[in-house]
Amino acid sequence: MYYYLDFEKPVAELENKIEELKRIADGRDMNITSEIKRLEKKAKELRADIFSKLTPWQKILIARHSERPQTLDYIGLMMEDFVELHGDRRFSDDPSIVGGFAKFGGMPVAVIGHQKGRGTKDRIWRNFGQPHPEGYRKALRIMKLAEKFLMPVITFIDTAGAYPGIGAEERGQAEAIAKNLLEMSVLKTPVVSVITGEGGSGGALALAVTDKVLILEHSVYSVISPEGCAAILWKKNGSEITQEEYEKSSEALKLTAQDLFELEVIDEIIPEPVGGAHRDPKETAMTLAKVIKKHLAELIKKTVEELVEERYRKFRLMGKVEEGEEE
Amino acid sequence: MAWFKKEKTAITKRVKIPEGLWVKCDNCKEIVYRKEVEKNLKVCPKCNYHFRISAKERILLLADEGSFKEIGENLMSVDPLNFKDQVTYKERLKESLKKSNISEAVITGEAVMGGYPVMLIVFDFAFMGGSMGSVVGEKFTIAAEKALDEELPLISITSSGGARMQEGILSLMQMAKTSAAIARFNRSTLPYISILSDPTFGGVTASIAMLGDIIIAEPKSLIGFAGPRVIEQTIKQQLPEDFQRAEFLLQHGMIDMVINRRELKQTIVKLLSLIDGNSKVKSEKL
Repeated sequence: MYYYLDFEKPVAELENKIEELKRIADGRDMNITSEIKRLEKKAKELRADIFSKLTPWQKILIARHSERPQTLDYIGLMMEDFVELHGDRRFSDDPSIVGGFAKFGGMPVAVIGHQKGRGTKDRIWRNFGQPHPEGYRKALRIMKLAEKFLMPVITFIDTAGAYPGIGAEERGQAEAIAKNLLEMSVLKTPVVSVITGEGGSGGALALAVTDKVLILEHSVYSVISPEGCAAILWKKNGSEITQEEYEKSSEALKLTAQDLFELEVIDEIIPEPVGGAHRDPKETAMTLAKVIKKHLAELIKKTVEELVEERYRKFRLMGKVEEGEEE
Repeated sequence: MAWFKKEKTAITKRVKIPEGLWVKCDNCKEIVYRKEVEKNLKVCPKCNYHFRISAKERILLLADEGSFKEIGENLMSVDPLNFKDQVTYKERLKESLKKSNISEAVITGEAVMGGYPVMLIVFDFAFMGGSMGSVVGEKFTIAAEKALDEELPLISITSSGGARMQEGILSLMQMAKTSAAIARFNRSTLPYISILSDPTFGGVTASIAMLGDIIIAEPKSLIGFAGPRVIEQTIKQQLPEDFQRAEFLLQHGMIDMVINRRELKQTIVKLLSLIDGNSKVKSEKL
């Protein structure tokens, strides 16, 4: 039984009906079986239709879906011999970021990513995938190890953002993120990132200063959450922000994979199964693995100097400015 | 009821302060004489609160007289997302231009400080809250690249609410761009001194501001990653009194020193003389 989002209701109704018919028919009644087939086709078409015209807000709901595959799922589905490493060697271990070494298509790699957790207990323990500075420092430690051992790095990004709390500020959330941006920009090994769910601002970017930045079809990546943006820009004298305003801000921010590709922030969009990655994590992982391998194969051919220089150029060119009149 | 009316007018009279003659301190809420504040480099004479100052005032304060040469002043913001909330981004830009009388949230340029040539990057909170969009990121990066080319120490003074959300993801990318420029600058033996003034938050703290070789903050400045209101709403607790103040950051090992505005320039010059002196010794040895 899937957890359906509101806009999937028409499909949910159909699929429930199909389930019911299947129970009644028990595979024997031929009339019902053909009816089931007809309804299944209809459900598939309906889902494809709904998913072909998702609004940015609906994409956000999919990106945040509680069943959406997470870093440990992808590691399990596309890598072997994963050894998890822990701790930042300074304060603690942050379970909202996981990382370690694994074999990817036979090649040893370092793999790092956000982990939101599954089930209430795990989610609380992992702070819903919102890292403290320790998480970013652990990530950097693993990246520096990868540099030392000449391993490529793959990162999976899925966070609402770096955690806004007292401890996080006391221990230098901003410094931890800034240090990652700086160090990643000159890391002497190929690095590929994939935004697999939510790309929440600096908390996401701290794992995404990479040679290639990939994104799953229904993922989002934004400088601020649409809720945060609406609270600042749409708020009128303490009035409650409405659903409509969230939808407006999510459109204004241009945060869908397709928008980001047009803004030249993303190198490639990876298609998801109809209905979203959570409908078929295995298929998603296989498609994703293929694309990552393709990019890594190209990156590995480059010298360290080329890699670092091209990475600098990539981010150097981001942004749009205009040259005004000389005064 | 005549006495009542009279009293009322008396109160209104007392509350009405002639525009511009007095200012209320944001920190201690005392009403202080504006001229006295200005003579004191815009520092509250009652509580030592450092008022926000414009980029131009800051340059006058730091650069040797007449030494500042602006670069990148012709770079202007565009509206890459066609962003519109209740007003359009284009209108907001125009409004800010009028209000602050500068073309963007940062002024960059070469200057001389106590005889040392330097590259200055100065934020202005009056222009859209000192927020970092493409132009701010570009100006910083150009300044850092030029400083590396011309072997100039890099000095930034931040005052910013963070990334400029009207430029969406492109403003987030400025954090990566500026940090990469600092990484490149770090290949040299030149210093990058970062000065944090009130307020420094979000994406600017998590890139430019916290990457200084030496980090200095002005007294009582609010500095952090997440804004205090966001934190309060998340943790549902009241925050400690000095939370995210410069002194709090010093105590937690996040910055090197808290320096009064009056002593800021001489502190920077002293640091430059020490670092510069050292590099001369090194080159003589080589």
